[in-house]
Amino acid sequence: MAEEHVAPPVRRGLGGWLLIAMPYIWLLIFFLAPFLIVFKISLSQVAIAIPPYVPTFDLSEGWQAFADGLSELSLENYVWLTEDALYWRSYLSSVTIAAVSTFLTLLIGYPIAYAMARAPQALRPTLLMLVILPFWTSFLIRVYAWIGILKNEGLLNQLLLSLGLIDEPLVILNTNIAVYIGIVYSYLPFLVLPLYASLERLDGSLLEAAEDLGCPPWKAFWKITVPLSLPGIIAGCFLVFIPAVGEFVIPDLLGGSNTLMIGKTLWVEFFNNRDWPVSSAVAVILLLILVIPIVLFQNQQQKMSEKEG
Amino acid sequence: MTRGPTWFNVTSLVVGFSFLYLPIVLLVIYSFNDSRLVTVWGGFSTRWYASLLENDQLLDAAWVTLRVAFTSACIATVLGTLAALVLVRSGRFVGRSLFSGMIFAPLVMPEVILGLSLLLLFVSMDQARGFWTVMLAHTTFAMCYVAVVVQSRLVGFDKSMEEAAEDLGCPPVKTFFLITLPIILPGVIAGWMLAFTLSLDDLVIASFTTGPGATTLPMKIYSQVRLGVTPEINAVCTLLVGVVTIGVIAASIVTKRQQVQRERDERAAFGADG
Amino acid sequence: MPWENPDHPPFIEFRNVTKKFGDFTAVKNLSLKIYEKEFFALLGGSGCGKTTLMRMLAGFETPTSGQIFLDGQDLAGIPPYRRPSNMMFQSYALFPHMSVEKNIAFGLKQDKMPTSEVEARVAEMLQLTKLEQFAKRKPHQLSGGQRQRVALARSLAKRPKVLLLDEPLGALDRKLREETQFELMNLQEELKMTFLIVTHDQEEAMTVADRIAVMDKGELVQVATPAEIYEAPNCKFVADFIGDVNLIEAKVTEKTDALTRMTSVVDGFALECDQATDASVGETVWYAIRPEKVRIAEGNVEPGVVNHIGGVVWDIAYLGDVSIIHAKVGEDDHDTLRSTFANVSRIVEKPITWDDNVVLTFDRDAGVILRG
Repeated sequence: MAEEHVAPPVRRGLGGWLLIAMPYIWLLIFFLAPFLIVFKISLSQVAIAIPPYVPTFDLSEGWQAFADGLSELSLENYVWLTEDALYWRSYLSSVTIAAVSTFLTLLIGYPIAYAMARAPQALRPTLLMLVILPFWTSFLIRVYAWIGILKNEGLLNQLLLSLGLIDEPLVILNTNIAVYIGIVYSYLPFLVLPLYASLERLDGSLLEAAEDLGCPPWKAFWKITVPLSLPGIIAGCFLVFIPAVGEFVIPDLLGGSNTLMIGKTLWVEFFNNRDWPVSSAVAVILLLILVIPIVLFQNQQQKMSEKEG
Repeated sequence: MTRGPTWFNVTSLVVGFSFLYLPIVLLVIYSFNDSRLVTVWGGFSTRWYASLLENDQLLDAAWVTLRVAFTSACIATVLGTLAALVLVRSGRFVGRSLFSGMIFAPLVMPEVILGLSLLLLFVSMDQARGFWTVMLAHTTFAMCYVAVVVQSRLVGFDKSMEEAAEDLGCPPVKTFFLITLPIILPGVIAGWMLAFTLSLDDLVIASFTTGPGATTLPMKIYSQVRLGVTPEINAVCTLLVGVVTIGVIAASIVTKRQQVQRERDERAAFGADG
Repeated sequence: MPWENPDHPPFIEFRNVTKKFGDFTAVKNLSLKIYEKEFFALLGGSGCGKTTLMRMLAGFETPTSGQIFLDGQDLAGIPPYRRPSNMMFQSYALFPHMSVEKNIAFGLKQDKMPTSEVEARVAEMLQLTKLEQFAKRKPHQLSGGQRQRVALARSLAKRPKVLLLDEPLGALDRKLREETQFELMNLQEELKMTFLIVTHDQEEAMTVADRIAVMDKGELVQVATPAEIYEAPNCKFVADFIGDVNLIEAKVTEKTDALTRMTSVVDGFALECDQATDASVGETVWYAIRPEKVRIAEGNVEPGVVNHIGGVVWDIAYLGDVSIIHAKVGEDDHDTLRSTFANVSRIVEKPITWDDNVVLTFDRDAGVILRG
């Protein structure tokens, strides 16, 4: 996914520049400009108006008004974020929940990817297809499907009760456990795919060589398979962790009132409290938190594509 | 690396895939449940599908969603393909790293941030929100996915094919339509399908950027789901899952067939030099 | 021959052409004239600039400085799609979504040639390359050799002023390659066109070309006919690059207009060559002699023969058609001379074998003196 195969400078006519300009300008308007606006609004104050914040910049009012507006901007919202425990606890718990879920996803995903890579050649495309297919089906629906399973009178509890394993229904829905299940379930394909790719490339004769040199299979797994699949593990973990931190649908539908996740906090701040400046500040900080893993991920991808040549 | 199936590998696959598919299968099964109590089996019935046809709100939302998805997928495919061409072909230019950053960031960026930022853009542009704003928002993030899909196809593309066309007297733009596009077409189609389903599925970005009269199906489903599980929603979900699944499986069967045919042709041609 | 006449107008001319890619100079201030109806080869190792030179002629690269002329026309600023040359690509670059005949017709259609003429020309090209029965096939349904012929037919269809061939036979196996080399030569004679081939394979260049330009590090090292290049290389690089050669470091001891005498630096044996040299007495030069021009016989050195060196057989390589003998002529194990001889009869009565004492002899005109 990272930047790769940079061709040397090429002769470029008007058409070449036009080709670059079209997607470039689109992204500047609809991707970069919005971020600058979010940043600007995060420095504004909430107001009962349309739009619900001041100052609003209108260049038709002249430069003086613009300058006046500029002086009204302040870091107040950021100060507010540090004062109210809700926000920093949301950030902290988002990162924790994302990290724990990523680990659980790896625990479940590794055996699947490993077994896929070791499956007979003829079966592999089908297995791959089976992993990719959920990616195409609606995220919302897949999360929704768990509500019917996890709730108190849901299918899981019915099953466990009828088997006599439990006497009274387990409370899973609206707890963090349900959120973990939701994240693991939704993001499993993101982890399995890169992992499978790196495991499949692993040359089977390496393991045979290790065994030939006197290394028992379980040790060969730790000494050969795991280190060589590390790029896949890292890529997969980033692909789960980064979006999971900002997740909204899963904590909202499966989590309880005490499940704090920053995506949900932002949503509530925006839609329920209609505090646009504070939700913008929340978004800016979230972005700053995510910049680190995103940059790390990009670098890792770049290194991998360079290694492949 | 092929070795015989071990019990561990087989168990991993069975358990793993049951985990991935059981919830969806249960949802599909219970959409045919006659009972209104979703978790109690009351016999087979298709009554919830019938009642869907009378639910005008849901049908409206579905229609809006399809229109948004179709329009945004088409625009995103054009822009994404151009972006992929820029990434693979344009060499170094001023602002290249910003460009590739803007292509790859939306793939991992939390949807709440994308949704919020786009909404604030539309507000500051004084743009009335509705069908068009949702469509623009979806185009923006879907084009990045299209760019990645088409890029992977372009990287394996033998550039001398374009040079050959130019060498034979075909100007660059015409070369793109006669040579490049037909060859990368599978990637472009896959990109369109991805853009279409992403738009079809999206709840968060649509919720931020929509306005009156443009409620999408995921938004409708979401508002109902918050009130609890209903057999009707199960039925809608089953339909959505069904359509996408059939589409994806059909596409992959067609691709597979072509590949098999191609391999057979190549085997037949091999050794004719002897 | 046109190249022997300095007033003969060139068909293709590179005039002081330089091409830089960033810090790397691919072609250095190179001038070259190629004449009409010549089969001309650019020969060199990878990265020597030969492909860049051809791509500049085709228009895919723009020279950093210098000019390129084709048939009197300066090519500067003319895009590839308006140049009267056509190229056969190393990868063939066949359009995978078009049938063989569509591929061949592609260039003709770009010129808006009437359909009936296109059809006639395609039929002619199919016949010329013996592809008639494959007209409707797609490239992936063809073997390597057939693909190669489609690529050739496609680049010839427009009757270009010059056909550029970029390693055209590189993907074929040896036997097919040799056959195709002769086909190419026949085609060129039949069509009376100018062919420019880029190759790293010296045998290929020697077989097909009227003249060869040997390139190294972006510069022309020698431009001459195959025989000249082989028999009279102008420097150590060319002698070593083309074919097998013994290079002996020697010091000039005596020189006249028709004769040069030298002694080898390492072992001190005397050498005599009927070639005048610019090198002064006392200067160190290289004496290059092809192994097939070194005769080998059992026994000890006999007086009377001019160039004779005593040695011991160190290694023998039997290659079927020829044998190569490495004879140790000095103290050091690596200080050997090679002699090749054809195995003309199946059974040799008393073959030369390991550790035999032998004498190596060669004529005055067998080798050349090279400086640097």
